[in-house]
Amino acid sequence: MQERDALLKKKVQDSADILPPEKLMLLEPIIEKYQGSTSYLIPALKEAQEMFGYLPMEVQRKLSMGLNIPAPHVYGVVTFYSFFTITPRGRHTIRLCLGTACYVKGSKQILEIITREVGINVGETSKDGRFTLEAVRCLGACGLAPVMMIGEDTHGNIIPSGTLNILEGYQ
Amino acid sequence: MCASPYYRMQIMMCAGTGCIASGSLDVKNALERELAKRNLQNEVQIVMTGCNGFCAMGPLVVIYPDGIFYNQVKPEHAPVIVEEHILKGRVVEKLLFKDETVKGRVPLMKDIGFFGLQRLIVLRNRGLIDAENIDEYIARDGYSALAKAITEMTPEQVIEEVKKSGLRGRGGGGFPTGLKWEECRRYDNFPKYTICNGDEGDPGAFMDRSVMEGDPHSVLEGMAISGYAIGAEQGYIYVRAEYPLAIQRLQKAIEDARSYGLLGENILDKGFDFDIAIAPGAGAFVCGESTALMYSIEGKRGMPRIKPPRSAEAGLWNQPTNLNNVETFANLNPIILNGADWFASIGTENSKGTKVFALTGAVINVGLVEVPMGTSLKTLIFDIGGGIPKKRKFKSAQIGGPSGGCIPLGMEDVQIDYESLQGVGAMMGSGGVVVMDEATCMVDTARFFTNFSVDESCGKCTPCREGLKVMFDKLTDIVEGRGQEGDVEFLIELGHHINNTSHCGLGKSAANPVLSTIRYFRNEYDAHIRDKRCPALVCPDLIDFEVIEEKCKMCGMCFKNCPSDAIVWEKKKVAWIDRSKCTKCRTCIMNCKFGAIR
Repeated sequence: MQERDALLKKKVQDSADILPPEKLMLLEPIIEKYQGSTSYLIPALKEAQEMFGYLPMEVQRKLSMGLNIPAPHVYGVVTFYSFFTITPRGRHTIRLCLGTACYVKGSKQILEIITREVGINVGETSKDGRFTLEAVRCLGACGLAPVMMIGEDTHGNIIPSGTLNILEGYQ
Repeated sequence: MCASPYYRMQIMMCAGTGCIASGSLDVKNALERELAKRNLQNEVQIVMTGCNGFCAMGPLVVIYPDGIFYNQVKPEHAPVIVEEHILKGRVVEKLLFKDETVKGRVPLMKDIGFFGLQRLIVLRNRGLIDAENIDEYIARDGYSALAKAITEMTPEQVIEEVKKSGLRGRGGGGFPTGLKWEECRRYDNFPKYTICNGDEGDPGAFMDRSVMEGDPHSVLEGMAISGYAIGAEQGYIYVRAEYPLAIQRLQKAIEDARSYGLLGENILDKGFDFDIAIAPGAGAFVCGESTALMYSIEGKRGMPRIKPPRSAEAGLWNQPTNLNNVETFANLNPIILNGADWFASIGTENSKGTKVFALTGAVINVGLVEVPMGTSLKTLIFDIGGGIPKKRKFKSAQIGGPSGGCIPLGMEDVQIDYESLQGVGAMMGSGGVVVMDEATCMVDTARFFTNFSVDESCGKCTPCREGLKVMFDKLTDIVEGRGQEGDVEFLIELGHHINNTSHCGLGKSAANPVLSTIRYFRNEYDAHIRDKRCPALVCPDLIDFEVIEEKCKMCGMCFKNCPSDAIVWEKKKVAWIDRSKCTKCRTCIMNCKFGAIR
């Protein structure tokens, strides 16, 4: 709950001064590709997030104008789905699974270790911009529980004492 | 087997997500190198198959024609496999599966208990075909059911066949598939849509992922058959954002099927047009609910709406829409080909066919299993799953994810079918079975599921949004030692309110984990509330972190494993815990083999 409240607080921060206008021009091809139907909003947002790493307000505004979808609708969708983020990310995103199978096998302990050693809570990014920590609900690799993903790599059968060794590989 | 006749042997390498994470791609490269070194690349073929199901023992290799099953294969084993098995025909003993029940190594896949007791319908192609090769799917009777349906049967006959087979929705609700189709067919409002629900959000469930990754064409074929039956020309597969490999394989499968004329316009020259698009999700559990899923495809927030009208009447873009689960679609090819009577002969009176379960948690053989409906939970956990590791005792099995319930020790004889599970307070759900041993605290587990539902509630209706939050706070109080007399009664009352008054399936079942743990493990709640004690030693605030002197064997395992040097121990002396340094991480408890810490 606390993590969600903290996230909500973060999500409303406007980040209008981060992106220069010429960068926003990069959105033009996405807008062109997905014009015409509201149903393209989610794929469009995904591509935009891949491009910028996150979805600051001005990107949402630009997409809203370009796709002719009301800005509150865009914002509503962005904040509804956990895949989208309004804050910048670290170089590596740790997605630690807290699904049932991983939980039963002790992923909570691994979370505590990461929180303590890296100094970030769920939803936060470390000060040096190295890691963003996310807790996810089941990565569908329960056979390897406990599991975490760092970027695109899946690490399974993690033992608490080996957690930091895994993190070492990502600078 | 569909291999070129020039190959004398096939190495089937599991390329499911589990095995890839365990390093199966490295093993494949190593094997390729070894084969090339000995100039065998034209004699022996390496096939990357979909998930084999036995994920815990990955990476897995099966070598045909003999069907020898190797597990936990590392790249450094490649030379010995090629040298001994491929060249000399000798089985590599040390890589065979070690069966604890017969105390020996088992060479053949079919002799392993985990595989032997299964009956494969949905997973019929598991480990046998290359998921990215449409020819191999066709060679295993793929798309023949679609061909049979559109050339020999009318849509009404297809629906009749599915109705007769007794197939029920595998997504959890168990609504008869044939009836759903029939209702959707009745509406004369075009275009219609058929949707595959691949938003497998239940933690502990990965059967749909395995089907989409390992046998994507079986899903496409099922969708095309349903499209023909209800009169739809467009299908959508909604896939979770967390499953990139599934999206990629489905995309390739759709393109291949189009190029073979099995999707697109005028399929098999019978004037039937049908195409499929992928709608990727963006991470919201509630989108597994049918109306929420359709809103999500429309590019909106995925919030369920009140029914009626049912989706069959006004679903996606207010048009008649049929929605089935991945596993339901994968059942259709065998039903159409072998007939409804064959399918109806499997299973129990009201639940026909098989069900795929993801068996996880505290069980030796973790993985994906498909068993006939009516199999007992005991068979599933002890005969197929191999029992509980570390000589611990079975405590309960959680079935059905955050909407399901816990089935305790003493009730493990319960049959697995829709009605029996509901009778004991659980539900089929999508088929995740998480086994819990005596080291699991049931109050903490209930709190965990409630936290999940709190986070995933869409916020539209009050009982779910606010009620669950209150429930979570109450459970937090209990596990942190602030529980009071009467809390349990409060939870029961609140739970019933939430279940009875919520809007959609998520809320209607969100209190089940709490209600079922209270029903079967009331004594644990009482221990937390009255004695301020956690019997399973899980809730840190209710543990003293004291060494019980009589039980301590002075082995020093707690001392060696403590991350914060809080344990004082010398050889041949009883350990004790320095409370000022202790962070209550429970590492000592997990490592003590004698239960000497409380």
